[in-house]
Amino acid sequence: MAKDSIVTIYINEKEYKVKEGQTIMQAADSHGFKIPRLCYHPKLSIEGACRVCIVEVEGMKTYAASCACPVAEGMRIHTNTKELRRARRDIVELILDNHPKDCHTCERDGNCELQRLAYAMGIRHRHFEGERKHYEKDLSSESVIRDPDKCILCGRCVRICSEVQKVNALGYAHRGFKTVVMPAFNAPFSESVCSNCGQCINVCPTASFVEKNYTQELFEKLDNPDIIKIAQIAPSVRAAIGEAFGLPPGRAMHGELAASLRKLGFDYVFDTQFSADLTIMEEASEFLERLQGNGPLPMITSCSSAWMKYVEHFHPDFLPNISTCKSPMAMMGALTKTYFPGKIKKKPEEIFSVAIMCCTAKKYEAARPELMVDGIRSVDLVVTTREIAWMIKSAGIDLVNIKPQDFDAPLGISSGAGAIFGATGGVMEAAIRTAYELYTGETLLDIELASLRGFHGIKEAEIVIDGKPIRVAVAHGLGNAQELLAIAKKDPKRYHFIEVMGCPGGCIGGGGQPYATANSIPLDEECLAKRAEALYAIDREKTIRRSHDNPDIQRLYREYLGRPLGQLSHKLLHTHYGAKLPRGIIVGGGE
Amino acid sequence: MGDSVTTNQPIEKRPRKQVEYNIILCSGPSCLHNKSSELYTEIVKQLEAFNCQSKVEIILSGCLGMCARGPIMVINPGYILYGDVGVNDVHDIIKGHIVDKTPFSQKVIHEDHLFNRFYRVFGDVKFFGKQMRIALRNCGIIDPEKIDDYLSVRGYEALAKVLTDYSPAEVIHQIQDSGLRGRGGAGFPTGLKWKLTADAEGEVKYVICNADEGDPGAFMDRSAIEGDPHSIIEGMLIGGYAVGAKKGFLYIRAEYPLAIKRLEKALTAAREQNFLGDNILGSNYSFDIEIRLGAGAFVCGEETALIQSIEGERGMPRPRPPYPSVRGLFDKPTLTNNVETWANIPVIILDGAKWFSTIGTKSSKGTKVFAVAGNVENTGLVEVPMGTTLREIIFDICGGIPGNRKFKALQTGGPSGGCLTEDSLDTQVDYESLAKAGSFMGSGGMIVMDDTTCMVNVARYFLEFTQNESCGKCTPCREGTKRMLEILTRITDGRGEVKDIEKLERLGAMISKASLCGLGRSAPNPVLSTLSKFRNEYEDHILHKKCTTGSCQAMLTYSINDQCIGCGACIRVCPVNAIKGIKRNPHTIDSELCIKCGECMKVCKFRAIDRV
Repeated sequence: MAKDSIVTIYINEKEYKVKEGQTIMQAADSHGFKIPRLCYHPKLSIEGACRVCIVEVEGMKTYAASCACPVAEGMRIHTNTKELRRARRDIVELILDNHPKDCHTCERDGNCELQRLAYAMGIRHRHFEGERKHYEKDLSSESVIRDPDKCILCGRCVRICSEVQKVNALGYAHRGFKTVVMPAFNAPFSESVCSNCGQCINVCPTASFVEKNYTQELFEKLDNPDIIKIAQIAPSVRAAIGEAFGLPPGRAMHGELAASLRKLGFDYVFDTQFSADLTIMEEASEFLERLQGNGPLPMITSCSSAWMKYVEHFHPDFLPNISTCKSPMAMMGALTKTYFPGKIKKKPEEIFSVAIMCCTAKKYEAARPELMVDGIRSVDLVVTTREIAWMIKSAGIDLVNIKPQDFDAPLGISSGAGAIFGATGGVMEAAIRTAYELYTGETLLDIELASLRGFHGIKEAEIVIDGKPIRVAVAHGLGNAQELLAIAKKDPKRYHFIEVMGCPGGCIGGGGQPYATANSIPLDEECLAKRAEALYAIDREKTIRRSHDNPDIQRLYREYLGRPLGQLSHKLLHTHYGAKLPRGIIVGGGE
Repeated sequence: MGDSVTTNQPIEKRPRKQVEYNIILCSGPSCLHNKSSELYTEIVKQLEAFNCQSKVEIILSGCLGMCARGPIMVINPGYILYGDVGVNDVHDIIKGHIVDKTPFSQKVIHEDHLFNRFYRVFGDVKFFGKQMRIALRNCGIIDPEKIDDYLSVRGYEALAKVLTDYSPAEVIHQIQDSGLRGRGGAGFPTGLKWKLTADAEGEVKYVICNADEGDPGAFMDRSAIEGDPHSIIEGMLIGGYAVGAKKGFLYIRAEYPLAIKRLEKALTAAREQNFLGDNILGSNYSFDIEIRLGAGAFVCGEETALIQSIEGERGMPRPRPPYPSVRGLFDKPTLTNNVETWANIPVIILDGAKWFSTIGTKSSKGTKVFAVAGNVENTGLVEVPMGTTLREIIFDICGGIPGNRKFKALQTGGPSGGCLTEDSLDTQVDYESLAKAGSFMGSGGMIVMDDTTCMVNVARYFLEFTQNESCGKCTPCREGTKRMLEILTRITDGRGEVKDIEKLERLGAMISKASLCGLGRSAPNPVLSTLSKFRNEYEDHILHKKCTTGSCQAMLTYSINDQCIGCGACIRVCPVNAIKGIKRNPHTIDSELCIKCGECMKVCKFRAIDRV
């Protein structure tokens, strides 16, 4: 029977025509039911572990997990019997009984799927309380904290890490009540193959995974009058922070953010979009160099920190293909410690450079020793969208209604190309805009490259530059990136230029973005699309849409850097990467 | 015959070495434990001493089942069965039986206590009299490490017959007609399982033998493999032919090194003789078997978890559908059968489905192997026709309860089976009757308990096992059994609460209906069945803080009665100085300090210590 044939089922005695091949949950969803669920996630494989979504099917001796059980002709399903309600309640209580009782001091308080479920199931008494498991928190990682005590073993983190990101940093260990999710060999996160992408945080229904929180450190620095506090804001932070304040996704809040950050105590608020333009200048130039035979092709972007750690672990053979450009965050960091202090007559040591990022992996990146400039860290501290939202709230700043302000000069003006850096395909689009014009000297008329937008796993395009066809490809999410690398490995001449962003949807889907709200699911594609649209709207509304047209960029090169790929550029804006072989991984393995 | 194939190499039968006697020395797990290997050396030595090594062949066989009397030794001709054989007996046995041609009667197992004479044929020994050995037909008869031995008992003839005479569909028909059902426990009709796999779409299919035997105290599969590995290989070959698979996996737990060694040897021998490999016996059927070792997780006996384990993943069950017969190992249609099921296949092919289906009951055909343990005279391995009553197994075959104790309960189906009482003893062994009585067949574990057993403690023991072995994936099994275990521990510790029984029932009902796999669904069985049949014991524990059998130490009270003469022996052994008293005056026990170790009771010569 074909997948689109129709079967008749009965839900709570009412007849419904549904598509064959659907699960009971999908069929019920499309007819106004919402069976309670926990481990289920539409982007991940069916786990069937939590058993919250159980239903009764007539003729079956046991309950069926509606997320896993397909519908069948004539199936009679009950979703809401007395026995079921009690069983579901008891199951959720059992999860709760093995979970810390610290809701009101928990990071996910008010935003926790378990909490919501327990409330909805009417758990007001505990019948079965007993021993609770206890494992030490893993604080080793720069980016992600793992707290097994809060884990309810839904397996979403394991699945996103293996199925979407294909990193496989997480797995189960031990049996029975002692079961726990941990990296292989119980290695500390910092020594594991974890890419720090933070997608486990995004999908975790509780606070078993959270970012390493630097809000208190940042408050202390902001209180210090003797240092110059500089903030930079990544493109996709502005597209998502509104959600943390109850706004619907898709509202760009850069003006409000700049104003709020000044109120919070920052002396200067710069825009990472500016350094995105700078990245494009360097990266497009590097690409053109390679295109003329100076360096291996395809060139692969290096902006995404999760991606870079992943390459170092799993595909070190591709390291020569990786662009030597630092990420926009690191370039901005370098300028705030070199170019900018000169402008305001301060010493680099007096500058405290903070990056506000959509990303957890940037915390790791900022601590990389190879990104230091003259022995000092270029970015001193990274906070995520979530952290800055808490800080703004706790400082009593009304982000939603505040009067928008502009970014500070000279590192605040950006082109539209810098804005779209936050969405998958954006770096490539921006690079082509500049590479085309630098190479041909002609103006690229059709600057919106539709084939590079959207959420296809791997996107391809061909652009003719000076009569020469240039084939480019874009992947988002490390799983897709792995597939793209496999293609590139098989057919090394297929692509000239590859863009990879480590998170699904690009930076807009980063591991530091606001949690999904009560009526949405983590990594919901509609939400990601709205965040992306906010960035594309910024681009459309700008008069300057190409990085090389940015007057401040031009001035920076004129006054300070000289030319792209010049000596000073090399020192400040380029870096190197090296193979990092974790335990148990063989070079070139994985394909 | 349809799409059958022809063989041009008839199986060559090689007669065994002509000898006057053969000595079958059981090398099953229990006899090996009792040093049967030392016996072997001694037998060789004695045969040489009497210079009769040329007329005697020694066969190291698989388990004969009579583990309680091990080491076991049989001398043929005559099937004279010797039990409890010690190294010092070997001289007398060889001298008597082989040199003087008179069996050494002191060590011959005889059960006719009235006349104290022995039976010459071991079939007359009660332990074997009611058994019927089909799956274990060659265990204890042949040397499992010699393929020629297997060939001499019609080995691989069924394979040849299938390749010559039957189309795959006809093989499946035979199995369906035989009425054989899965011996792993659930009793799914084997023929139907084969048909579903054969009908499933896909070029590549797999066959799996599940030898991940994990029930505590069970060793049916182990004995079958150790005693007759070729039967299982032959069964898998026939299954592979029937469903269209070219590759089989034999998943066996690593804790069975002897079974693994013998399987490896058997596989090599079978390959050498072209029973395995390409173009088997000149046909166009190719098949090979790979051994995969389990790492000791009970849940890997569950079909989908086992498949994950073979794939190299952590063994965790996955939801079905899709059923493995449609999408199993490496996402290909996969046929999984248990060791015992496979061992039955060659017999069914050779002797016919019709013959096989005459054995057993209406719904359950053939025989079933049980590992009987606990408070029973002859613990060991028995294979009985379906339809044999539990009473016959316990009292006739296994000799009843030792020490004149009373039978109390019988637990079948492994750690997650139910407990049956005296009323159920006339239940026939078959899938439906056992389920109706409140337990299930399971893979063949059988634990007999006498009246000194505390049923609450038994339930706690089994639940502790299933909780430790839960894979941790689904909530009801992982968290629910933990809470049930906590409640049971509380009850046996004398801290039970009135509401505990209700909580156990509520959790038990939920867990058995909501869990992901069979392990979880059956985990509450020991609790629920003892709750329904021995509720009074639970109530005694909870309401009266009393364990009538004295098993639950925490609830015991030790006191000293007026028989005490004040000798002070108890004072000297008490590890916590809980006993006070002046010499030649009655002593007393401070129940606050007493840790209920019972040492005082052991040393008291005057029965002056009471335990209630």
